[in-house]
Amino acid sequence: MAKLLIHQEKITDAKALAMICPFGAMQEKDGRLSINAGCRMCRLCEKKGPKGAIEYVEDKKAPQIDKTKWRGIAVYVDHVDGSIHPVTYELLGKAKELAGKIKQPVYALFIGSGIKHKAEELLHYGADKVYICDKSQLEYFKIEAYTSVFEEFITKIKPAAILVGATPVGRQLAPRVAARFGTGLTADCTILDIKENTDLVQIRPAFGGNIMAEILTPNTRPQMATVRYKIMDAPKWSDTATGTVHELAISDEKLKSRIQVLGVTKKPKEKTIDGADVIVVAGRGIKKKDDLKMLEELADLLGGQTASTRPLVEAGWMDPKKQIGLSGRTVRPKLIITCGVSGSVQFVAGMNHADTIFAINNDPKAAIFKTANYAVKADIYDVIPELIQKIKTGGKAL
Amino acid sequence: MKILVCIKQVPGTNKVEVDEKTGVLKRNGTDSKMNPYDLYALETGLRLKEKYGGTVSVITMGPPQAKAVLYEAFAMGADNGALITDRKFGGADVLATSRTLSQGIRRFGSFDVILCGLQTTDGDTAQVGPEVAELLDIPSVCNVQRIEKAEQGSIIVDMDMPHDIETIKAAFPCLLTVNKDICQPRLPSYLRKQQTMKKDIDIYTFSDMEDKDEEKYGLTGSPTSVQRIFPPISDKVQEHLEGTSRELAQKIYTTLKQKKFIAG
Repeated sequence: MAKLLIHQEKITDAKALAMICPFGAMQEKDGRLSINAGCRMCRLCEKKGPKGAIEYVEDKKAPQIDKTKWRGIAVYVDHVDGSIHPVTYELLGKAKELAGKIKQPVYALFIGSGIKHKAEELLHYGADKVYICDKSQLEYFKIEAYTSVFEEFITKIKPAAILVGATPVGRQLAPRVAARFGTGLTADCTILDIKENTDLVQIRPAFGGNIMAEILTPNTRPQMATVRYKIMDAPKWSDTATGTVHELAISDEKLKSRIQVLGVTKKPKEKTIDGADVIVVAGRGIKKKDDLKMLEELADLLGGQTASTRPLVEAGWMDPKKQIGLSGRTVRPKLIITCGVSGSVQFVAGMNHADTIFAINNDPKAAIFKTANYAVKADIYDVIPELIQKIKTGGKAL
Repeated sequence: MKILVCIKQVPGTNKVEVDEKTGVLKRNGTDSKMNPYDLYALETGLRLKEKYGGTVSVITMGPPQAKAVLYEAFAMGADNGALITDRKFGGADVLATSRTLSQGIRRFGSFDVILCGLQTTDGDTAQVGPEVAELLDIPSVCNVQRIEKAEQGSIIVDMDMPHDIETIKAAFPCLLTVNKDICQPRLPSYLRKQQTMKKDIDIYTFSDMEDKDEEKYGLTGSPTSVQRIFPPISDKVQEHLEGTSRELAQKIYTTLKQKKFIAG
């Protein structure tokens, strides 16, 4: 097991060295340093500390796996009763691009009941081979049964990488599959690329989204990643479908489950921010809950909806369903106006594909201005009432 | 009913920056708190206990100071707690964390229901819950928004899905991750805090793990590896608008009109 050795004699300023650790895992006592369980092995102390003070001791190299035995990029087909979730097409587009770079095939894994007739459609979005497991036991999403089908697929096909939509189904299914194979799973990737040796380059926001991390799964296969809806671009439907559809067999024994679906209730259709063309977003610049009315009025005038950042949801001011960001919804409206939003990467990742972005914030250094098409440095409490008035009076002079 | 709630200590803030010169992470402040999502899991556990009897245990993994969240949970009503801590567990990714947690849970006892928050505010992956369930070989249900009732040997819950609510009966033992609609967490009680301040907790280190293969834990046991971190980049064409609020409102209005967001 890799570890860090401390050479106390080479340390001149133990306190300063302890400060380097971003996780507070180094403790100084009577001039001597120790490392506690908070250590995440980022090795910054080794790199940034006095030379030789911290030594990284590599354990014996684990044997390298044969990556050539794992080929192709697979996409899990997310669907509800055969109606395919659009994130699937976006992922097929990405998979096609990645597979092109390494000249390997694109697979799609389609699990459900009464879905056969939909498989053809996937070929038009670039799948080379669609593996379909159509069984009555798979009518509802039962995690153990779906995991078993996934296991069959991986064991049989051995894909180098698997992309799964970060939907409520994908988010629970992918981790179970990854744990079963003892492999890596990177959540909510925003950028994906691939190396010649088929290592998937996975980039995702880290530390609550204030920093981007590039992650590899260098010695384990299959590599797994989830991607949210509306992050990748969907490919165009193509006339030619050269791929083929194959049946994936599985024994009934493996479809047994310790959960039972007792019933399914359709949710009442509510106005969601997902499909809104215009969104007005409230951020921490909003001083009290009552002030949200001002933004609601603006949204109404523009025929749009209001949404917010995470802190307002946590404060109970806004419905969690109206939260934009990596832990909320991803939106792609035609127009978004952020009001008093600072613009953490996590929030930005949920809205930066909007066609036109207005950001109103009184802090000239607000990160949101880097994302905005129109950076408006102003106090929302001054400019929004003015704007509302303008729209109401048709822009005529008051 | 034997209930276990998995909780995590997270930084009080996510405000970090990369020092451009040195590449070192600058983390402002060292305050920490219980992952807010875990409060909902804990509350769910406490309500189950109130209704059906039994015990609520809490478990966490982290540096020694992470035990603070166990005491926070005691103040809310948890009965006992365990901390999994060892330098050997450092640098763990989702898989290595899930392995360590599942091993710790096995050591701690057997439970009917294991509750987790939907995700953490620092890792944000929402993956550890289902991975732990897989490694314990028990069924899991995520996005639980309501507990209908517990029966002999099973629990009936509502899972929130994009277009519908699925009512699911899961056999014990099972793992549930709960979302924020499930309940409003209670505040810690001062009295209980006083009473539980000196409560003993179980501490498990590597030597307590049933699986003693060092290769499976910490950095070594993590299949994923962070290659580099970098500040987010943006490449947007943009315009800065300045002036008095009246001028600005006029400019925004004109632009919105040009782009046909305002009729007329």
